[in-house]
Amino acid sequence: MDLSLLERFDKDNVVVEKLDTLINWSRANSQWYFQFGLACCAIEMMAAAAPRHDLERFGSMPRASPRQSDVMIVAGTVTLKMAERVKRLYEQMSDPKYVISMGSCANSGGPYWQHGYHVLKGVDLVVPVDVYVPGCPPRPEALIQGLLELQKKIKTETPLRKQAV
Amino acid sequence: MDLKEIFDAISPLDGIELNLESDVILVSSASLMAVAEKFKNDADLDFDFLMCITALDDGDSKNFTVAYNFYSNTNKHSVEVRVSVVDGKDVPSLSGVWKTADWHEREAYDMMGVIFSGHPELKRILLPEDWEGYPLRKNYKVADYYHGVPIPKDKSYWE
Repeated sequence: MDLSLLERFDKDNVVVEKLDTLINWSRANSQWYFQFGLACCAIEMMAAAAPRHDLERFGSMPRASPRQSDVMIVAGTVTLKMAERVKRLYEQMSDPKYVISMGSCANSGGPYWQHGYHVLKGVDLVVPVDVYVPGCPPRPEALIQGLLELQKKIKTETPLRKQAV
Repeated sequence: MDLKEIFDAISPLDGIELNLESDVILVSSASLMAVAEKFKNDADLDFDFLMCITALDDGDSKNFTVAYNFYSNTNKHSVEVRVSVVDGKDVPSLSGVWKTADWHEREAYDMMGVIFSGHPELKRILLPEDWEGYPLRKNYKVADYYHGVPIPKDKSYWE
């Protein structure tokens, strides 16, 4: 966890920092993820959430509704039938929202990239992806690294300014 | 009972043929219903379990084979029955005899386009209902787009 903010309390309870930093700090460390899985990657995502890997120590907990989620972990093969649902669920999430593409299937279609008549060749064709986690499936450590990369990315944002699209 | 004995038990019926090369019984689609009911109701055969239905494209996407695997939990014997069908003709549905045939036949219809007459609800089971074509046929061509989403065959344009 990032404790650099606490180290600035050198005198009483006063800290001088940009408001952006505070907002980013809280956003980055409470990335509640959308609890849905599509294939075998979902098993690894569950393992990452379970006590041995414990995603909650990074402030991430599963939410069963897109309205309460900050990050969508696309864990598994996205079929064309599911792609429309994935897109709709992404649109139902409230801003700020992020997407982690987990595993080869969500990244690029994986083993179905050439002959998969029914598989979307990468979830980035329907939703914008922030972090790609490679692997087939990725181990929980890899997903955790992906989440930490997303936290780094969030900390570079300037939420009080209008962001360049 | 082995294959020969099973064949002898149903041999009074028309349109059946023993194929020892593949160890299957070939049945015409007209006789399938009679064979199914004999399999189900005869105490010596007593095939109470339809294990699987497989649809095969014979190579030209005009002739298809439907293979049924039966098993008897009481007599511990099994048999494979095959029915040939030309594209556009139908095979009688066995869903009235074995309930499990319902979804198996829907899958065969979904992937191969084999039509089963008398099926209670013959519609696609896995693919979206507005899907065009039957993807496991030999002559199936992958579409370029589905609902505006590209289904590219290669990703060379990405780099």
